[in-house]
Amino acid sequence: MNSFILPAATLWQRELVRFWRQKSRVMGVVASPLVFWLFIGYGSNDLAKFYSGALVLTVMFSAIFSTITIIEDRREGFLLSMLVSPAPRTSMVLGKILGSATLGWIQGMIFLLFAPLAGISIAPGELVVLAGTIFLVSFTLTGLGFVLAWKMESTSGFHALMNLLLFPMWIVSGALFPMAAAHGWIKAVMWINPLTYSISLLNHALSLPDATPGALTSLIVTAAFGVALLLASGMMAARKSARSSA
Amino acid sequence: MIEVCNLTHRYGDRVALSNVCFEVKQGEIFGLLGPNGSGKSTLFRVLATMMAPTEGRATIAGHDVVREPAAVRRKVGVVFQTQSLDKALTVEENLRAQGHLHGLSGATLRERMESAMARLGIKDRRKDLVETLSGGLRRRVEIAKALLHRPQVLLMDEASTGLDPAARRGLSRHVEELRTQDGVTILLTTHILEEAGRCDGLILLHQGRMVAAGSPSDLCARIGGDVVVLQATDDDAQPLAAQIEQRFGVHAAALDGQVRVEIQNGHRFIADVVEAFPGAIESVGLHKPSLEDVFMKETGAGIE
Repeated sequence: MNSFILPAATLWQRELVRFWRQKSRVMGVVASPLVFWLFIGYGSNDLAKFYSGALVLTVMFSAIFSTITIIEDRREGFLLSMLVSPAPRTSMVLGKILGSATLGWIQGMIFLLFAPLAGISIAPGELVVLAGTIFLVSFTLTGLGFVLAWKMESTSGFHALMNLLLFPMWIVSGALFPMAAAHGWIKAVMWINPLTYSISLLNHALSLPDATPGALTSLIVTAAFGVALLLASGMMAARKSARSSA
Repeated sequence: MIEVCNLTHRYGDRVALSNVCFEVKQGEIFGLLGPNGSGKSTLFRVLATMMAPTEGRATIAGHDVVREPAAVRRKVGVVFQTQSLDKALTVEENLRAQGHLHGLSGATLRERMESAMARLGIKDRRKDLVETLSGGLRRRVEIAKALLHRPQVLLMDEASTGLDPAARRGLSRHVEELRTQDGVTILLTTHILEEAGRCDGLILLHQGRMVAAGSPSDLCARIGGDVVVLQATDDDAQPLAAQIEQRFGVHAAALDGQVRVEIQNGHRFIADVVEAFPGAIESVGLHKPSLEDVFMKETGAGIE
């Protein structure tokens, strides 16, 4: 048991220590969704409408930035020595994903500080629910980042993926327009977009309008997506690799 | 301690390793010498359990690297050519994380960290962030890290590449100590002749094939007498080599504007050859055979 928990715990801790030592990263991740949110929100005179979307974007940026390091890390970095250690791959995957998810969670929580700007008040009881919700969303997005990054040979490919997959996913998730207002086929896309359920879950937790699908459905879909991604990450990392650069 | 048998690896159509066989005994320092692209990195990756070879087998401390990777990983410490330290962490934090990956913790881990840092002389830098360390110190941290789980075998990939001569000498002193004091078996890949010369046993790799094997002195003894190197006045040394062969009945190899001749009593040959081809030779050198000469003799190509 020790040989499973210890590697996972040490990787989780490593993510946090690294993050703490690069404080500019916190600003970088929170700042751009914040600016985005303020511009769109003040521009359309409805900050609350875009709040959940901006929060998810913050968490998504954080998750993506911290999983992107896997690509370089595997060829030149800490991941190399993990790959030749006897620690189970699944334990490494869990440590990495939990670590990155915690970072996304911290930044999401920081973003909550701006909620009053949108006239959103959060009671202490709600804060607990929100903290759990943000962690779940962060965990899911980190899992997604991991699955995408593990197969990648270079970070440039990841940027393309960011623009072609992740950003569009975010746009049709209810972050910018509610499902009710969407055109027919976009609505269909929104139904199958897992991120839709994250946004809806946050809207429920923040008692904001436009919270469709329902709270329970959103919770189940988000959690199921997260667990599926975790399992996929574990399986991918455990597979024996015959790939080599030289 | 390490046995490699008929190892072959292909990347698609390209053959990276072809039928490589060798054996390393306990406590030996063993070198894989070859230029870039000779297959030594592929061989290293197979031994480090990072990839499975197309054919053949390799065992370390009795465990098959493909079928029992976990057992091999417990017996082997790996030092990579590229950095495997986390630059944002301190020396101590890197070592602790590595210990955790090997299931070490508490007093055992602390004691192992102390002894590894003492062995590599990095105790006073324990609180420093890795990004503030010089290349030589980082290498030492890498080795300390690879030693935490007390491996019987240390695999080092081009460990001295990029180090200045002083750091390189320091590194080989530490490696030698590991062997003599702790009985660790060391396998290293290198393209640096000086480093290869300090190994107990060597194999020379060229384009994925083993071209020679033996101790450095045995290998050098394969070349009888002296090596004479003539710098041709022309950029193309081929015509001069042909003329020398015709005139003296010796084997003369042309490479990079030079003609190399292996011959007994080289000093006499020099006098004769300079007199025979006035104006065709710019400078002359004579030396005892080195590993580079062995490599050139076997492959017709240079190493570094």
